[in-house]
Amino acid sequence: MKKKYKVEVDCAACAAKMEDAAKKVDGVADASINFMAAKMTVEFEDGVDEIDTMKKVLKACKKVESDCSIEF
Amino acid sequence: MKAKHKKTIVRIVIASILTVALAFNPFNLEKEPLFFLYLIPYVIIGYDVLIKAVKGIRNLQAMDENFLMTVATLGAMALGFTYTGDYNEAVAVMIFYQIGELFQALAVEKSRTSITKLMEIRPDYALIEEDGELTEVDPDDVEVGTTIVVRPGDRVPIDGIIISGTSSLNTSALTGESIPKDVSEGDEILSGCINLSGVLKVRTTREFGDSTVSKILDMVENASGRKSRSEAFITKFAKAYTPFVVASAVLVAVLPPLFLIIGGSDPEIQQWVYRALTFLVISCPCALVISVPLGFFAGLGGASREGILIKGSNYLEALAGTEIIVFDKTGTLTKGVFEVSEVRGTDIPEERMIELAALAESSSPHPIAGSLIAAYGKEIDRTRVTSVEDVPGMGVNATVDGIRVSVGNNRLMEKMGIQCDESDHLGTIVHVALDGSYAGSIVISDIVKEESKTAMEMLRSAGVKRTVMLTGDRDSVAMAVSEEVGVSEYRGNLLPGDKLLELEELMGESSERGKVVFVGDGINDAPSLVRSDVGITMGSIGSDAAIEASDVVIMDDDVRRVAVGIGISRKCMRIVNTNIIVTLIVKFGFLGLSLFGLVDMWLAILADVGVMIAAVLNSARALRYNSGIEGPKFQADADIE
Repeated sequence: MKKKYKVEVDCAACAAKMEDAAKKVDGVADASINFMAAKMTVEFEDGVDEIDTMKKVLKACKKVESDCSIEF
Repeated sequence: MKAKHKKTIVRIVIASILTVALAFNPFNLEKEPLFFLYLIPYVIIGYDVLIKAVKGIRNLQAMDENFLMTVATLGAMALGFTYTGDYNEAVAVMIFYQIGELFQALAVEKSRTSITKLMEIRPDYALIEEDGELTEVDPDDVEVGTTIVVRPGDRVPIDGIIISGTSSLNTSALTGESIPKDVSEGDEILSGCINLSGVLKVRTTREFGDSTVSKILDMVENASGRKSRSEAFITKFAKAYTPFVVASAVLVAVLPPLFLIIGGSDPEIQQWVYRALTFLVISCPCALVISVPLGFFAGLGGASREGILIKGSNYLEALAGTEIIVFDKTGTLTKGVFEVSEVRGTDIPEERMIELAALAESSSPHPIAGSLIAAYGKEIDRTRVTSVEDVPGMGVNATVDGIRVSVGNNRLMEKMGIQCDESDHLGTIVHVALDGSYAGSIVISDIVKEESKTAMEMLRSAGVKRTVMLTGDRDSVAMAVSEEVGVSEYRGNLLPGDKLLELEELMGESSERGKVVFVGDGINDAPSLVRSDVGITMGSIGSDAAIEASDVVIMDDDVRRVAVGIGISRKCMRIVNTNIIVTLIVKFGFLGLSLFGLVDMWLAILADVGVMIAAVLNSARALRYNSGIEGPKFQADADIE
């Protein structure tokens, strides 16, 4: 299951950090951020709750980049 | 502008005023107490950078610009406290850095909004009728085969077939065509179109994710995900560059004083530390890191405004190096609309010939079949046709009303051992044999697109060395068309498989860095599209296979846009390369100068922010390109009037 989310982030380097952080979250099979389009694509592992996982993703991202946001 | 950016402006203004006021030292303080007063503007302007630097260290990702700025400014503050009493520089560096960051964020946001206009074709909801009531649902949740309702003014959310209602559709977001298309029951309808007049009920044939509009948006959104060589270079460069500069700065601060001590003279520690800190300020790689992807993004956006969807900046880069362009004739240089112009050499009535040929070809997807059916002009009764055998690249054998009908080119006739009339008549000749004996031929001619000739001239003046036309048609037809269009070479008489071989041969002939581009209509040419350096399809929106196989999709079928695409890519690459070269010259120049103490921190931060702003402004130019083609622009705001 792949889904796209709108993200808010100001610099390309921060987006790369968030991408790395999101990939390490449990339930996330893969994640990528397209900085210019301001879109995050998350591929979930089978059977995980998307909203729950996205909450964890946001938390992980906030840790590396405090003023980012993800709409989900 | 977002609240966050407004807050930054307020911080910049307050910190600047405080710093200017403190610079006059109104209380005539010594340097130690002054330090604490300067801490106020310093913290106001720099607290987020400091916090991020600390976090970076904690997350073991220390080597970023926040870290550089923190070390440089804290170092300068420390120097002021211990030696000089000058704190202005430290605060000023932070202020200018924040101005640069703000500018960068605004520039990115601005180009995002001007490009995401195209993305406004995304439908927000689908309407489903339940118990006589309309409910809005997320298009993602609509299953295949559901009936959705599209009201006038709505955007069609999902591909499907109309089951009731008639209306006209504005398809300009997909095809650039400004004349509304009339549709009624039974017609296929593509998502992304706008329903103009009547209420339509549509049975969906695809999921939202597989619908045309999603496919287009995916392409645009994922485009900047495929990195060009320049981008890959910058990423690598930035990774190696920052640690390199930090290490150099440490050496600058330590080595010279060490030598001076050994040499028995004054180590001038303060001076060398200052030079090392200046080094750090200059080293910030922001100008490159932001301007290169921004340049590509603007280039991709500029192209999509012209109806040219490029799947990634790597293809934009390749397109700029186009040396040979290979065109599939039918559907790209010609309209691909064939009309029966003559029936020859037959004793049976013309209508009967066309009827038999049309029925035999009735299940073939080839354009020739379409023109035969059009010339026949009556309802096709498929029950009259049996045992259809398709001979690829040659034609069709089928039994119609009990007669074995063979319809195809001279190769088909040769294969069957039938003598046929070789003539040099222009157009495609379809030979017909009935029960194994020759019955005559039908001449079908294709029409050359009006803009093809101009397109070839545009390509030549853009510096494309060779334009090659490939066709399955006879040499005489190929020659006539190639002369009319003005391509530099042609290859005729090709079987579908031969086109790929010809393409590979041309790729072998191209120079090492020269790229070979293949332009086709997406029908039967997927192998060539994939094999070429850049595969371009035209006018094939709605065909999954074509969009899948190609690297560039031209939304309408105007062949001049191929030249426009190359023009945009060349302009974009020029801009990106200028940015890289100028930035590197300025950076390394200033690094060298600072080593000899010729640059102070003021100049260093001004150069850093200045070159970044210049590069960003330069990048934004890639968005604007005057193609000279009148007609529709592919923007969502153009189609809602």
